Amino acid sequence: MFRVHQFYCEIQGFMDSKAHPPADTNTKSITGADIVIRCLNEEKVKFVFGYPGGAVLHIYDAIYKQKGFKHILVRHEQAAVHAADAFSRATGEVGVALVTSGPGATNAVTGIATAYMDSIPLVVISGQVPVPAIGMDAFQEVDMVGVTRPCVKHNFLVKDVKDIASTIKKAFYIAKTGRPGPVVVDIPKDITAHVADFIYPKTVEMRSYSPVLKGHSGQIKKAVKLLLEAKRPMIYTGGGLVLGDGAAELIKLARALNYPVTNTLMGLGGYPATDKQYVGMLGMHGTYEANMSMQNCDVLLAVGARFDDRVIGNPKHFGSVKRTIIHIDVDPSSISKRVKVDVPIVGHVQSVLAEMNEILAQEKTKNDISDWWTQINEWRKVHGGRYEQSSVVIKPQYVIEKLWEVTKGDAYITSDVGQHQMWAAQYYKFDKPRRWINSGGLGTMGVGLPYAMGCQFADKNAQVACVTGEGSIQMNIQELSTCAQYGLPIKVILLNNRYLGMVRQWQEFFYEDRYSESYMDSLPDFVKLAESYGHVGMQITQPGDVEGALKEAFAKKDKFVFMDFITEQKENVFPMVENGKGLSEMELPKTKGGKA
Amino acid sequence: MKHIISLLMENEAGALSRVAGLFSARGYNIESLTVAATEDPTLSRMTIVTTGSDDVIEQIIKQLNKLIDVVKVLDLNDGKHIERELMLVKVKASGVYKDEMKRMCDIFRGRIIDVADNSYTIELTGSCSKLDAFIEAIDKTAILETVRTGASGIGRGDRILKV
Repeated sequence: MFRVHQFYCEIQGFMDSKAHPPADTNTKSITGADIVIRCLNEEKVKFVFGYPGGAVLHIYDAIYKQKGFKHILVRHEQAAVHAADAFSRATGEVGVALVTSGPGATNAVTGIATAYMDSIPLVVISGQVPVPAIGMDAFQEVDMVGVTRPCVKHNFLVKDVKDIASTIKKAFYIAKTGRPGPVVVDIPKDITAHVADFIYPKTVEMRSYSPVLKGHSGQIKKAVKLLLEAKRPMIYTGGGLVLGDGAAELIKLARALNYPVTNTLMGLGGYPATDKQYVGMLGMHGTYEANMSMQNCDVLLAVGARFDDRVIGNPKHFGSVKRTIIHIDVDPSSISKRVKVDVPIVGHVQSVLAEMNEILAQEKTKNDISDWWTQINEWRKVHGGRYEQSSVVIKPQYVIEKLWEVTKGDAYITSDVGQHQMWAAQYYKFDKPRRWINSGGLGTMGVGLPYAMGCQFADKNAQVACVTGEGSIQMNIQELSTCAQYGLPIKVILLNNRYLGMVRQWQEFFYEDRYSESYMDSLPDFVKLAESYGHVGMQITQPGDVEGALKEAFAKKDKFVFMDFITEQKENVFPMVENGKGLSEMELPKTKGGKA
Repeated sequence: MKHIISLLMENEAGALSRVAGLFSARGYNIESLTVAATEDPTLSRMTIVTTGSDDVIEQIIKQLNKLIDVVKVLDLNDGKHIERELMLVKVKASGVYKDEMKRMCDIFRGRIIDVADNSYTIELTGSCSKLDAFIEAIDKTAILETVRTGASGIGRGDRILKV
């Protein structure tokens, strides 16, 4: 254990060091592998998450000899990409992953698709078989550019050592500008052995790619005017607000107007959840008040959100109420895709909102919407997040409430996918952006633990908790080993109900309780499992022990603690907008399968 | 409604598959697609004939613009344009067909470019609908083989798609 701790100290020291160590200055005739390293140094990459293999051996040899970044060895390539993804979500920097050809590359695909759906900037470098072997069905060959084409922002196959530097430069530029996204750079093994002079371009010029930054001033003025004339206004923000670092401007705007704000699952933390103007998350498992306000508003300001099917429910039902929609988004193709928009504003959310605030600052008249607030406050009373407490069995919602209290609302919370994800989103009140890390778009089970790793590397002193289920955690359970190697003091909050909870809930609602393959039998003893890696394991079975156990776990500041909470088996997530239903047609606990 | 979309893209390996992949992944129709390098060998010009409602066409244009390799996109149906397609048809040319095929070819202003003992190969250029009309006009049983290039389009007058 001493060795592990020493290693973690070394990492901490590395994370503390502001300046990069002096880079190798030789630029003449260096290998492709060295060029890759030098490019990553030029991009000031701090961590590369990866896994070695045949096609990237030259690159790994170059990594052995460098000090510019820290390589994090994961236990499965999928986790490498997820960890890089979370590092990016937490910091706003481009995440970097490195995998070998063939199976290494295909294992990375789920991670890449996850990042693509949530617009996360990543550069994934994959090894490829040598150029002469391409197309020969060589050992560990897969057409990575072909495989990833539908789930990347762009990808490259580098076939000349002289193109490595300019390609990596472009990859970082494309990944982080405009609507961000993952970029794959596939590099054949022989190219990493060839030599060339290292010249890193200072700028990128691409005639085919020039993302719009500033919004149209006329449209922005029009939007402000519409907002000021609204009787039932609503502000709806998504992941784009978080990724575009627009939260501060949004808070300014919302407070100046005193309008209600809702966040999507991806947008949590974009507006402080403890603020009185916040009406909660909207969508399939959104709050009653958020969904009712969204449905009944007359002017809607959408910021970095995309009217996703889990957010607005049935688009026809949503469209049955007349409202004027203003939509700010950096990606023109997100506008008028599912819902027709009246005032489209293509631009970077932060700059557009800043411009709106400038116009608003000169506005003398205040728009009084007290009637609308009265209505919203009535809606707040309808459900209000109530759930039935129990003194004998642990309620999952209660665990999240206590987690929020014990961490003082200041932790990085990652989640997997399912009921626990929804409870974490509903009951942990996120006041800051980039603190809620989950797979909203692709809904990838298994992201939770690698996401927590990425967050802990992003902020070594932060409290990081992974809220998960016994189904999801087993999809990347091997990363317990990575956490041990790097001494990551993550806290796993396992809401263990012995069911694939969300599947079971749908089977209860829509398949007459036929629980087809949704019961998890033969679970491991998670306490012993955690202990076998040198972690701390805890099992909590009594509601009265929840708070104390959480306090005890978070007091272990340098320990990874795996907390197995044995919870109510058949708790359901409410409110719920069933598939194909309208936003205002929510199921509440009293009406179906509920216990309230 | 049918639309002819013209685009300029980087003439790089894989660029075509990005466009083709986009159409299949998002469920858009492709009636025809033609592509070849332009006078500037770094650029390819592609013409895509597709059908869809105005909303769908708007999304197609936006999604095409989003592809990193695509330089410019133009919906030719937004203005006056010319459309041409080339078709080669091999038809029976024996007995009763011999004169009939020659006559139809002349009416449609086609050219017979290959003559064999029992067949003609006719070259026909025009709008897609003209080529359809030729197929309709001749006896179906006489057709041995057809091959069409798909439409190429260009704007009329000053409408130019250039970098």
